[in-house]
Amino acid sequence: MSTALEQPKAQEKPNYLNAEYGWKSWLFTTDHKRIAVLYIISISVMFMLGGIFAMLIRLELLTPQGDLVNSDTYNKFFTMHGVVMVFFFLVPSIPATLGNFLVPMMIGAKDLAFPRINLLSWYIYIVGALFALAAIVMGGVDTGWTFYTPFSTTYSNTFVITAAVGVFIAGFSSILTGLNFIVTVHKMRAPGMTWGRLPLFVWANYATALIQVLGTPVVAITLALVGLERAFHIGIFDPAIGGDPILFQHMFWFYSHPAVYIMILPGMGVISEVVTCFSRKGVFGYPFIAGSSLGIAIIGFLVWGHHMFVTGMSTYAGLYFSLLTMLVAVPSAIKVFNWTATMFRGSISYETPMLYAFGFIGLFTIGGLTGLFLGTLGVDVHLTDTYFVVAHFHYVMVGGMVLAYLGGLHFWWPKITGKLYPDGWGKFSALLVFAGFNLTFFPQFITGYLGQPRRYHAYAPEFQVLNVMSTAGASVLGLGFLIPAIYLLMSLKSGKQAGDNPWGAKGLEWETASPPPTFNFDETPVVTEEAYAYAKHEEEPVG
Amino acid sequence: MADTHVAPAEHSPHLRHHFDDMAQQFDSATLGMWVFLLTEIMFFGGMFGAYTVYRSMYPEAFASTSQFMNPKYGAFNTAVLIVSSLSMALAVRAARLGQQKMLQLMLIVTMIFGLAFLGVKGFEYHEHWVDMKVPLIGGHWDYSEAPQFARPAQILFCFYFFMTGFHALHMLVGVGLMTTIFMMARKGTFNEHYFTPVEISGLYWHFVDIVWIFLFPLLYLIGRTKALI
Amino acid sequence: MHSIPSFRTYVIIWAILTIMTGVTYYVAQIELGPWNIVIALLIAFFKMSLVVLFFMNVKADSPLTKLFVGAGFFWMAILLALTLSDYFSRGWMPGGKFW
Repeated sequence: MSTALEQPKAQEKPNYLNAEYGWKSWLFTTDHKRIAVLYIISISVMFMLGGIFAMLIRLELLTPQGDLVNSDTYNKFFTMHGVVMVFFFLVPSIPATLGNFLVPMMIGAKDLAFPRINLLSWYIYIVGALFALAAIVMGGVDTGWTFYTPFSTTYSNTFVITAAVGVFIAGFSSILTGLNFIVTVHKMRAPGMTWGRLPLFVWANYATALIQVLGTPVVAITLALVGLERAFHIGIFDPAIGGDPILFQHMFWFYSHPAVYIMILPGMGVISEVVTCFSRKGVFGYPFIAGSSLGIAIIGFLVWGHHMFVTGMSTYAGLYFSLLTMLVAVPSAIKVFNWTATMFRGSISYETPMLYAFGFIGLFTIGGLTGLFLGTLGVDVHLTDTYFVVAHFHYVMVGGMVLAYLGGLHFWWPKITGKLYPDGWGKFSALLVFAGFNLTFFPQFITGYLGQPRRYHAYAPEFQVLNVMSTAGASVLGLGFLIPAIYLLMSLKSGKQAGDNPWGAKGLEWETASPPPTFNFDETPVVTEEAYAYAKHEEEPVG
Repeated sequence: MADTHVAPAEHSPHLRHHFDDMAQQFDSATLGMWVFLLTEIMFFGGMFGAYTVYRSMYPEAFASTSQFMNPKYGAFNTAVLIVSSLSMALAVRAARLGQQKMLQLMLIVTMIFGLAFLGVKGFEYHEHWVDMKVPLIGGHWDYSEAPQFARPAQILFCFYFFMTGFHALHMLVGVGLMTTIFMMARKGTFNEHYFTPVEISGLYWHFVDIVWIFLFPLLYLIGRTKALI
Repeated sequence: MHSIPSFRTYVIIWAILTIMTGVTYYVAQIELGPWNIVIALLIAFFKMSLVVLFFMNVKADSPLTKLFVGAGFFWMAILLALTLSDYFSRGWMPGGKFW
């Protein structure tokens, strides 16, 4: 890692951004902070691509008839929306961006354990994304992001293999990131940084890394088998030779359910950090939030059958998958209660990140509770494959995860870039996102319950009003995403200088410059206080 | 590259700058390799799981396929890999003790046995091709010996080729790793204070051996006593 | 770093592994019904344990390494057990079929 310095500008100390210039210093960097920035750019591009497909879906659904495109094309829209959003935005997002940037700093390390593997991970992501883009450009895929067999292996006439290869490759990016985080957290903590003092964001990313490492290989082999079956026309999911399509679903969901915890756990980590800072109060029940992250990671591997209740799977298997699904809600609920208790009698301020945190807590709760409806065997028979499911997972993924990502981006933007964004615009956008989101997805709970099926380009006319509301909401939501993109980029040029710690937050990352120097700290920090040691103003008896 | 007289800890030329000392670097590298092997357990585990499901569905069809596997080759290959694991373990031992010649010799032995394994596998694949037992495209598939089992037997043979194929791919990567390690050893890179690449390559090699230890009984020894056809 | 097993130890482990391979081969020639696969797998697990504990030196490794090794096998067991439980319990309900 070269630290050749240009002449520092008068007001700029040497930091990781100005340490070296030129495209080679970025594309061959091993600095975790630069790699995080590379990921922020790539993931934003994929998010916009996924968003375009979302707009196409919502445009079609303005009218009950399938009149914008035919059903095959519509199938491609929702497939590409899902594939891009799940595998190329949601799964990598917070770990590869904020996690990469912050985890080493939060534990007082100079970098991740394997910086070159970190860069490799980004390159692998790009290659995977290129395969996905190739599939789109060549004509798309229409199997749904779930690639169910035998349609994906035998009957679909679209570029399944190309897309599956893209996802397979992106999976390795995820695995390597997870591997890096696990080893880093175990082996590179600064003196005094015990497990019990780790920031909850680190706990969250650690638990996520465990899931990435244990689950992703299974979807990798599953998609590899699908690709081989499709390429060689003989395989193991083909009913014609006695293969079982349900086995595909077992193997696929073994990863894809824990994958949703890969998506949400880092978001919960962000919320822990934001809530404690803007309540000026140490997190309530730190051990429970840390432990619940691990609990979600572990129990999350035991519930995948709840995606398969109506497939003909054994009812007995369905029974205990349902029971465990109820159980996995408990650690999530623990977090929500603890965040609320953190805020209780705290000194709360309403900066942009905190607004996103409030949004997260409310919307994730709704999303999570509706998951329980779906996890109940009898109710699921009615709700499965309707828009109720669509609304449920968008509440947790967008209302939860994307809000957490935006909140985290706003929280740590001054640290990453050294600049402040205009908080007025930040708050406005947060409210726009919240309003637009609810307008988009709440009607879908209703239409789903009333019977509108998912993945159809047409619907019964009585659902039109709610669908129009949903599309209108999507436009507002899109605007809510667009405005931060503008002011955040503008802040790079014209934003005010952020100090080291504009929020007055606790944490090692705030004790170094904004932007940080290449090796993060001038001297290895020694940790002497517990996490979130905000000054207590009065001892509150906890009821 | 490195000299053989290296001062321990901080002054090693192999110390990467984000680590505090060589011990942290070694510990991180080995933990990293173990985490990677964890992912490999789940990767192969997916295939073992799918295999188990189908075997429990079609026990007789699966049993009929062992007539077309040659357990002598399978057993021989198992023994070959076990020898290569021994030589690999001895290579790591030699590296830790700074025994340069022994290290290089054991790496060569490991590679030779690894290549022997691949040679036998290639020969087996050829035999299956000749026997019309390759259900992949090109349709070299003929199960007229036991047509009532033909369709599920195709599944078994798919698993046979996928599982041994992925295994062979991992072996090939392993041989490549050994070649790299051997060339580094020739230059005197390794000594008592620095042998990390040898250690972690060893872990990888043993893991690939373990996969085969399970593949052998599961693919070659199903129902060998039953004369079903 | 931790202790290095002796040359002799490695050779002994190798010998046991090779012998057990032979045992696996010969037992497979004897008709034992469902026990054939059980014995074959038990021997395989035993061989794997030897490779893990001695060749991979996990016996002398930290508890953390042992935890990760154990976790890997446990997770594969989750995949197998829960998936198989679907197939095995399909026949329990009237009308439910085991393929």
